[in-house]
Amino acid sequence: MRNSVERIHQMVAKEFIQIFRDKRMKAIVFVIPLLQTMVFGYAVTMDVNNIPTAVYDLDRSPESRELVRRLSASSYFDVRYAPGSPAEVQDLLDRSRVTVALQIDRGFSADLHRRIPAAVQLLVDGTDSNTGIVALDYANRIILKYARDLAPAGSAPPVRIDLRQRAWYNPELKSKNYNVPGVIAMVIMLTSLLLTSMAVVREREIGTMEQLMVTPLKPVELILGKTIPFAIIAFFDMILVTVFGILVFDIPIRGSLVLLPLSTAIYLLSVLGIGLVISTVAKTQQQALMSTFLFYMPAVLLSGFMFPLENMPDLFQYLTFINPLRYFLVIIRGLFLKGNGIDILWPQMAALLVLGSVVITLSVLRFRKRLG
Amino acid sequence: MKFIRIKAIAKKEMLQIIRDPLSLAMGFLMPVLLLLIFGYAISLDVNDIATIVLDLDRSSLSRELVTDLTASGYFKVVRHAEHHREIGDALDAGAARVALTIPTGFSGDINARRTATLQVIVDGSDSNTATIALGYIAALSDIYGRRIGGVSLAPIIEIRARVWYNPELKSRNFIVPGLIAVIMMVIAALLTSLCIAREWERGTMEQLIATPVKTPELILGKMTPYFLIGFIDMGFSVTMAVMLFAVPFKGSLFLLSVISGVFLFGGLSFGIIISIITKSQMVSSQISVVATYLPAFLLSGFMFSISNMEKPLQVLTRIVPARYFVAILKGLFLKGSSVRFLIADAVFLLIFAVVTFAVANRKFEKRIG
Repeated sequence: MRNSVERIHQMVAKEFIQIFRDKRMKAIVFVIPLLQTMVFGYAVTMDVNNIPTAVYDLDRSPESRELVRRLSASSYFDVRYAPGSPAEVQDLLDRSRVTVALQIDRGFSADLHRRIPAAVQLLVDGTDSNTGIVALDYANRIILKYARDLAPAGSAPPVRIDLRQRAWYNPELKSKNYNVPGVIAMVIMLTSLLLTSMAVVREREIGTMEQLMVTPLKPVELILGKTIPFAIIAFFDMILVTVFGILVFDIPIRGSLVLLPLSTAIYLLSVLGIGLVISTVAKTQQQALMSTFLFYMPAVLLSGFMFPLENMPDLFQYLTFINPLRYFLVIIRGLFLKGNGIDILWPQMAALLVLGSVVITLSVLRFRKRLG
Repeated sequence: MKFIRIKAIAKKEMLQIIRDPLSLAMGFLMPVLLLLIFGYAISLDVNDIATIVLDLDRSSLSRELVTDLTASGYFKVVRHAEHHREIGDALDAGAARVALTIPTGFSGDINARRTATLQVIVDGSDSNTATIALGYIAALSDIYGRRIGGVSLAPIIEIRARVWYNPELKSRNFIVPGLIAVIMMVIAALLTSLCIAREWERGTMEQLIATPVKTPELILGKMTPYFLIGFIDMGFSVTMAVMLFAVPFKGSLFLLSVISGVFLFGGLSFGIIISIITKSQMVSSQISVVATYLPAFLLSGFMFSISNMEKPLQVLTRIVPARYFVAILKGLFLKGSSVRFLIADAVFLLIFAVVTFAVANRKFEKRIG
């Protein structure tokens, strides 16, 4: 037993020397998680604001200007152009300079004064369907609000409903609070998969695997020696993103600081296991890289990281049950934002434990077979 | 530069690829898989938001409001709560994302024409869904209020909305064209970023150096087979987009091919630069993820619109080549854009291709050590 520990220790030491002999790897282990945190913290948002807008105002009346003022006063529309002809409107949309064009025809204010419905035209670039839907919705609301404000005073008050809204866990509805904890899960997955699978395959590709096999290392020790270093790097990345997220992006962490490393460890079982399985399938680093991506991309897309699972067709929802990322995302967001404890997160942790045991067993069996 | 030497290197690389059928198969499988997921699984529309209702009023008016919510298709009542505590539990456990409380006296207030109160709590952790859900509830309760109050629904301003280019606002039409750019970039990153580093690692670079092949010939020869694979993937993707997903293609196929060729050339040259600089497959693979895959995915405007990003990032997207290709693809597919509209973006891709190829040639040192 003591020998075994010693051998694993040596193997881990060798692995670290090998990874970090290339000084660039040290930088990579730092930079990749931080870059991803930055991009997801700043860039990735489905929130729609500052929609580039053109207003073609043919009426040029106080009423039409008031409508335009209301549009630009909301943070949703950024009125950038005042085209002078329909051709210009068309051109702005064709060139994607604007997403929305509002045309106020001559007679708008006159119609309003005569209390007959006045028409405005709203042109929306539907290429980006998400922005298109939201833009239509916002524009409708602002224009209808204006219409109602114009309604004659003294008419019977409609039923008024006071909607008291509150958002729990993330009161200002900031997308970074949702995305940054998720980055931890993604970074751990990509780093562990790629490093594990490539490190094993590299030994095979450059022929040093045979040298390892003539050493007294037992297969299980070899596996541990190959995975422990990447588990350590994954833990390091987890702490790095957590600290960075809290300090730079002001992400709250409301849950237990013990559960975070514990659940990370359980999650690593599956992820490292999958990395090992890939390493038994791939013969070259090229294959390892391709297989990693072939697994990683669907895993991210079908995890609920960016796209809610509820909106997916049933078949794809079932597929997500074998996706470790799915469970870890619930855990990590629960820990950061909701302050969930083990009483709520145990089903996800149990699922990860089961999934992890299955994958690890499978990978060890396959790995031994490949060695023998 | 001799064509025969480019051909020889291309042939060698081609043989090497064919001897690795697994990688080749994955190179073809990747676009198909991504298109299937984006075409079938992912939708940006928010429907059936899990909702828990605590109806303390228990009146026909309160029930009517709940019916309005579910009939809209946006909300799905997963539970009728009896007590406030249940709301906290359901949101904590993620069983519901929205909790609607109708207080006692809701119908009384309405009948007395007083302002009636509704309480909505959303799970804000998914900020996007939460924002949309709040918007829907506000709109639905507004319509409800006006209907119950007997107010005419016709406002004084009539909005004539028209949606151009994608009249039904299908998210598939929006995502799939841009996805093709992402796929091209990923292929370029995954395939070429290893192809030079591999030769160094295995020691076969020395043999190549010993041959009379010149740097540009070597790089062009190396790129040729990947260019072919990329182009086949492109053909696959466009065919799938049009045939399977019924995304309209309004532009010119000839323009598409020419511009794709330029983009692919730039993308592959970029992968080769990474491979040349790192000389290590492990480092290469990591860098190519950061330098090509992530920007193409996140900063190209393929899904996350650039005008919503913070200003410094918007500036950063200007150097992401995929951004220009995404704009071109969306234009070609949905708008049927002509050369006149695409030329600015296409020129950038051309500059990118020329510069990366030149850099790749400069960086490659045909000597050992």
